[in-house]
Amino acid sequence: MRPLTEEETKVMFEKLSKYIGDNIKLLVDRPDGSYCFRLHNERVYYMSEKILKLATNISRDKLVSVGTCFGKFTKSIKFRLHITALDFLAPYAKFKVWVKPGQEQSFLYGNHVLKSGLGRITENTMQYQGVVVYSMTDVPLGFGVAAKTTQECRRVDPMSIVVFHQADVGEFIRNEDTLT
Amino acid sequence: MGRKLDPTTHVKKGPGRKSRKQKGAEIELASFIPEEEATAKRLSSRSRKRAAKRVLSKKATKDAAKEKPKKGFTDENSEWLTPAKRKRKLEEAESGDDSDEHWENEEDLEMEDEEEDQTKKGVKEQGKKKTAKAEIKEGEEKEDDDDEEMVDDYGAPDGSEAESDGELLPIERAAKKAQQLKEALDLDSDDDSDDDDAKKKKKSDSDEEEDTVQANMDEMDAFKLPGAEESAKEGILPLDLKTIHQRIKDNIEVLCNFTKQREEGKERAEYLSLLKKDLCTYYSYNHFLLEKLMDIFPLSELVDFLEANEIHRPVTIRTNTLKTRRRDLAQALINRGVNLDPLGKWSKVGLVIYDSSVPVGATPEYLSGQYMLQGASSFLPVMALSPQEGELVLDMSSAPGGKTTYIAQLMRNTGTIVANDANADRLKSVVGNIHRLGVTNTVVCNYDGRQFPKVMGGFDRVLLDAPCSGTGVIAKDPAVKTSKDEGDIQRSAHLQKELLLSAIDSVNAESSTGGYVVYCTCSIMVEENEWVVDYALKKRNVKLVPCGLDFGKEGFTRFKERRFHPTLKLSRRFYPHTHNMDGFFVAKFKKFSNVVPTTPVVKEEEENVEGPEATVVTESPEKKPAKSDKKKKIVPGKAVGLKGKPQTNGTAAKKKTIVPGKAGGLKGKPQTNGTAAKARQAMVKPKGKKDSPVGPTTAKKAKMDGETVKGAMAKKPAAKTADESKASTADKQKKSPMKEKKRMGKNKFRKLQSLLKNEIE
Repeated sequence: MRPLTEEETKVMFEKLSKYIGDNIKLLVDRPDGSYCFRLHNERVYYMSEKILKLATNISRDKLVSVGTCFGKFTKSIKFRLHITALDFLAPYAKFKVWVKPGQEQSFLYGNHVLKSGLGRITENTMQYQGVVVYSMTDVPLGFGVAAKTTQECRRVDPMSIVVFHQADVGEFIRNEDTLT
Repeated sequence: MGRKLDPTTHVKKGPGRKSRKQKGAEIELASFIPEEEATAKRLSSRSRKRAAKRVLSKKATKDAAKEKPKKGFTDENSEWLTPAKRKRKLEEAESGDDSDEHWENEEDLEMEDEEEDQTKKGVKEQGKKKTAKAEIKEGEEKEDDDDEEMVDDYGAPDGSEAESDGELLPIERAAKKAQQLKEALDLDSDDDSDDDDAKKKKKSDSDEEEDTVQANMDEMDAFKLPGAEESAKEGILPLDLKTIHQRIKDNIEVLCNFTKQREEGKERAEYLSLLKKDLCTYYSYNHFLLEKLMDIFPLSELVDFLEANEIHRPVTIRTNTLKTRRRDLAQALINRGVNLDPLGKWSKVGLVIYDSSVPVGATPEYLSGQYMLQGASSFLPVMALSPQEGELVLDMSSAPGGKTTYIAQLMRNTGTIVANDANADRLKSVVGNIHRLGVTNTVVCNYDGRQFPKVMGGFDRVLLDAPCSGTGVIAKDPAVKTSKDEGDIQRSAHLQKELLLSAIDSVNAESSTGGYVVYCTCSIMVEENEWVVDYALKKRNVKLVPCGLDFGKEGFTRFKERRFHPTLKLSRRFYPHTHNMDGFFVAKFKKFSNVVPTTPVVKEEEENVEGPEATVVTESPEKKPAKSDKKKKIVPGKAVGLKGKPQTNGTAAKKKTIVPGKAGGLKGKPQTNGTAAKARQAMVKPKGKKDSPVGPTTAKKAKMDGETVKGAMAKKPAAKTADESKASTADKQKKSPMKEKKRMGKNKFRKLQSLLKNEIE
């Protein structure tokens, strides 16, 4: 387990800012103690300093996970957000998409969100903007990338894709083995 | 090249098994002839055939005699047939010789066969000429040849019959047929002359039937133990489950009221052994496990327990209060078509699922972490642990994370939880569940629980859900019924003791809020529960405190020949048949001192077993004084040691008396350390003692030695003496490994030894 390097931090924050924008600083400066990011097994974990200290007792090969896993670095030093980060993305998300109950299940099985399943969308969403997907009852279901701007969404036909799927909570079951 | 010819594999020739199985078709066809079947049902297929043959043969002789009158008769012949029977009897009486008769009959039979063939070929031409008599014959014949020719035969005779008996109404035809059969039966029973061995056999058959009926009646009236020959017969031909079930019921009834209902001169043990055997067959347990269960439960409860193991417990879920409330979750699930109810008064987060139109483990609510699928029994240890906010908690065997996340939600995501499990694969589900439920205060690690106090200590609370034999969750995993034996139980009990001690060692007794350890298993064996707890009470400065669960049965304080610490009443047992949850055991310890009692203290505790109230509480503060005490004690130590020993176990004491003789100067050693294993170890040690220091590594080795030796030793007395000695050896097994840990340092040892030597000299 080690702190992130400059470059890694930059890559990761860039990725995060696509979803939560300036709210990143809310993640780092928290009123309830200082929190930090740590790299372990190519994965980035987000934890409080208190837990970090405790975790140093555990040898590297025996440590499986600390705090919350945000995602992992690929071999080409790109950052991939995992669904496990959703708990921290959802409250700070700038742009949101709500899907209708009928399309909920489809999204949870890893499909893109179609216009027909689109319940609501934040105004002024740009194309390729990172969005967090909610159910109509405001339960966060995953995140993705807007395929069209809000304006375009109003006009397109019902079968066209409006949000590209990136991660959904169904992965807790589907990809349990690769989460960490 | 090519296929190799393997001489060992013989390819079977001829029609395979399947061709034989094709017979089933007749059975299907037989159902097309309802009247015949109905009446013939009482006879076996063979005797039916025989009966039919007999009728046939008689008819044949009659035919020969009355060829002419047959012609011209139509439907009246049904009436006419009955007098013929009598006539025929007379004829037979005249003919006298049975064997001759049979000969003739057989000849006739052959002739008729040919005749029949002809009819088959030219039904249409011959049909009109044929008399009704012939038709009847043919009908009989058809029945006779049932097995072989049914399929081909089936249509043809029917057709001919229809043509010849064209004038007959269907009802009349049916009557005729019924009469024929009746006739056949009559002949069978009335005809003495026709009486051959077949008939005798039939009669004996029916006799036997009567016998069994009688026997069943007897069983209904008053339950009797089956005799030796009956049970021998059973070995070959097992009874059907229904009778076994009935017998179990009756047997238990007798055993519950033994003095009144017993059969004269029968021992209780006989009844019990029969019951055991029956239960083993009926519920398919192995003898070992069933015996254990019989020890735990009274007989009336035993069957309830076994029955409860056959059905599954209801599916329960736990609301994740970090994300939602129970009422909201219940509403959301009801909207999805789930039928549910609150779990019980004792839980504010549990819901029982009765049935569901959607998979409960894959709803969007589940995936978004609003609830966790978890057995009701898994709530209990966490409720007993009652973790407080801001504490440092260890979950020693956490997979799959149900209890860990429950702890986290009780702590409201504050403090820290260390979730450990020995199995790396199972930790994946822990990580998944922790993240799904939004728990952020967890460190997940993959240690062997026994190493834990070395990795980190100072926990406020520790939950140990020990690996166990799983005898409480037979409903979930029926393989337990047959796969467990004494060794498995002993092994898991041993592991549990080690884990429990390391769990206790990881706790910080000085913690202002905590200092608690909760031990739980999903086993109901006493060896894995009370015994382990009792052991920990002896070995560490802990006491049992109430679990905070207001239901469940109290733990045993006495079980067979064993007596446990009286505070074991505070532990709780849960059974499938009484609480409708998995079998479970929960005990909560409070650690009141971080001092690990040294061996002499432990021995004193053992000595104090007679007055157990005082044991645990007394020895806490003395740590340093113990050293000087020890020195003093050692001088009279021999006597004390020998005195104290026989109370705990006889065999160990015996061995110990031998040891000092063998290992002359080492007298002091076995006194300070109690068990025979230790003594043996002391015998081994002096060889290397002078040159090599007794470091922790050698200690470990010695421990291994001690264990193997112990195992070997344990076998011998067990074979010689009865259960008691077995128990004592087992007792010994339990004690020794800890003692090795508590051994004194090499310096101290040397000092003591030299002191002793001086004294002796």
